[in-house]
Amino acid sequence: MGIWSILEWIAWALSALMLIWMVMDAWKVSRNYSEAQLLSSREGVDDLFGDQKKGA
Amino acid sequence: MADIAAPQPQGHNIQLLKVLGPVHVWALGVGIVLVGEFMGWNYGVGKGGALGALIAAWVIGLLYTCVAMIDSEVTSTVAAAGGQYAQAKHTIGPLMAFNVGLYLVLAYTMLEAGDVQVAGQLVQIGVNRVDPAEPLGIFGEATNHFWWSFTILSLMFLAWLNYRGVFMTLTVNFIITFAAFCSIIILFLGVQGWNPTAQLFHKDLLVPLPYGWIGVIASLHFGIWYYLGIEGTCQAAEEVRSPGRALPLGTMTGIITLLIAAALTWYLCAGLLPWEYVGWDLELAPLYDAAKISGKGWLEAILFVGTLFSAIASANGCINDAARAWFSMGRDRYLPAWFGAVHPKYRTPFRSILFLIPIAAIFALKVPLAQIITFSILSGLLNYTFMPINVWKFRKMWPLGSIRRGFEHPFHPIPAIVLMTLCICTYFAVYLGYGRQLIAMMAFYWIVSLWFHFRRYKFVKRGDQFTMNWPRPQGY
Repeated sequence: MGIWSILEWIAWALSALMLIWMVMDAWKVSRNYSEAQLLSSREGVDDLFGDQKKGA
Repeated sequence: MADIAAPQPQGHNIQLLKVLGPVHVWALGVGIVLVGEFMGWNYGVGKGGALGALIAAWVIGLLYTCVAMIDSEVTSTVAAAGGQYAQAKHTIGPLMAFNVGLYLVLAYTMLEAGDVQVAGQLVQIGVNRVDPAEPLGIFGEATNHFWWSFTILSLMFLAWLNYRGVFMTLTVNFIITFAAFCSIIILFLGVQGWNPTAQLFHKDLLVPLPYGWIGVIASLHFGIWYYLGIEGTCQAAEEVRSPGRALPLGTMTGIITLLIAAALTWYLCAGLLPWEYVGWDLELAPLYDAAKISGKGWLEAILFVGTLFSAIASANGCINDAARAWFSMGRDRYLPAWFGAVHPKYRTPFRSILFLIPIAAIFALKVPLAQIITFSILSGLLNYTFMPINVWKFRKMWPLGSIRRGFEHPFHPIPAIVLMTLCICTYFAVYLGYGRQLIAMMAFYWIVSLWFHFRRYKFVKRGDQFTMNWPRPQGY
C-alpha cells in the first residue's frame, strides 16, 4: 500500500469520525433537552443598533 | 426534562449566538464568492472572447452592486437568520418567502457541493503533480476516485466546524479568504502587472469579439461566477453584534473587494493566456495556470494554495448559509419544526447542518461540476429577481423616516430597475446555454409551491410570522 492509499484511508477514517461525533452529539442533545427548549429560538429579538448596551 | 449537559440557563430561549462583527460578515460574503475568481468565470471567455468576458464582468458587477446596496438596506433592518427569506416574509408574503427560502438553500447547497468537489479534485491534481504515478482508489485499481476521500473530508471537517460554533467558523473563513485574495495580489506583483508590457501580452492576446455581441450576452451567465453569493452576508444577520452597522459595512466592503479581485483576475489571465485556452471547457483553474505559465515555481505553489483555500472558504460559508435558511424555515413551520432547533452549547442550527450534509455529498460525488453550478446560479438568479420587488415594496410600505435603517441605499428606485433589467438579460443568457435546466428548475419551484400552498401552509403559525417591531405599514 503506497503513501497515497494510506492518506486516502486516513481521510475516510477522519470523515467517518467527525460524522459519528456530530450524529452522537445531536442524539445526546435531543435526549437531554426537551424539544420545547431546543425549539425556543425566536426571530426579531435583536437590538439592531447596539443601543441597549449603551443604555440609550 | 433529563440531566443538563451544558451551562444553559433554564427557562430562557436558546438563541443563536451574537458574536460576529463586520470582519466576519466580509469573510462570509467574500469567502463564498472568491472561488469564482479562481475558476468558472473563464467559461464566459469561451462564449464571448476575452473582451466579451470583461464586458460581462462589468455588467454583472453592476448587477451585484445593486444586490449589495439593496441587501444592505433591507437586511440592516430585517436582522433575522434566513436573510432574504425573512425579508420576503415581511414585505411580500408566505408563498414568496417559501420560494425564496428554497432558492437560498438550493443555491448554497449546490455551490457547497461544487466547492468540495473542486477541493477534492485539486488535491488529486496536486498529488499527481508531486507523484506523476496515478494514485489508486481504495475501491479498486480502475476507479481513480482518489479525490472522493478528500471531497468528503473537506465536507465533514467544514460541517463539523460549523456545528461547533459560528465564531470559529467565520474566523477561519476570514483567514483563508484573506490568504486567497492575497494570492491574486501576489500574482499581480509576481508578473509585474503594473507594467503591461513587461510580462503580460495583452497587445498580442486580445482579439475582437469572436462571436459578436450575442457571444457577449451568452457570457453574462458566467460573469455571475465572479460575484455569486455576496448576498449570503444576510444570513449572519441574527448572529452579528450590531446588525445595523456590521451588515452594511461587511457587505459593501465585500462587493468592493470582489470588484477589485474580478478586475485583477481578468487582467492577469487575459494577459498571460490565449482566450481559446482560458475559455476551453476543460480548463479548471485559469489563475493557477496563469501562475504556471509565468515560469515561477513559487508563484505556482502560492496560486495552488490560493485556489484550494478559496474552494474551502466558499464551501464553509455555504454550509453556514444553507443551514441558516433551512433552520429559519423550520422555525416558522414552513418545514418540519424539528429543523428549527438550536444547539444549547454551540448555539448553532445543528439539525439543519446535519441534514444537509448527505445532500451535498451525493451531488459532490455524483453530479458534474457544470450541472451543479448551473443549479446554484439559477436559484441565485431567481433570488436576485425577487430583490427589486422586495425593496420596491419595502420602501413603499415603510418609507424613509418611518423606521430606523442601518443603511439607506441611494438613487432608489434606479438600482432596483437596473437589477431587474439585468436579471432579465441574464435569464436570456442562461436560456441560450441551459434552457432545459432553466425550465426544469422553474417547474420544480411551481410544484413545491403547490405543495406548500395546499399541504404545508396549514401548519404555519400565521400570527408569529411578522416579528419586527415596526409601525403598521402605509396603506394597511
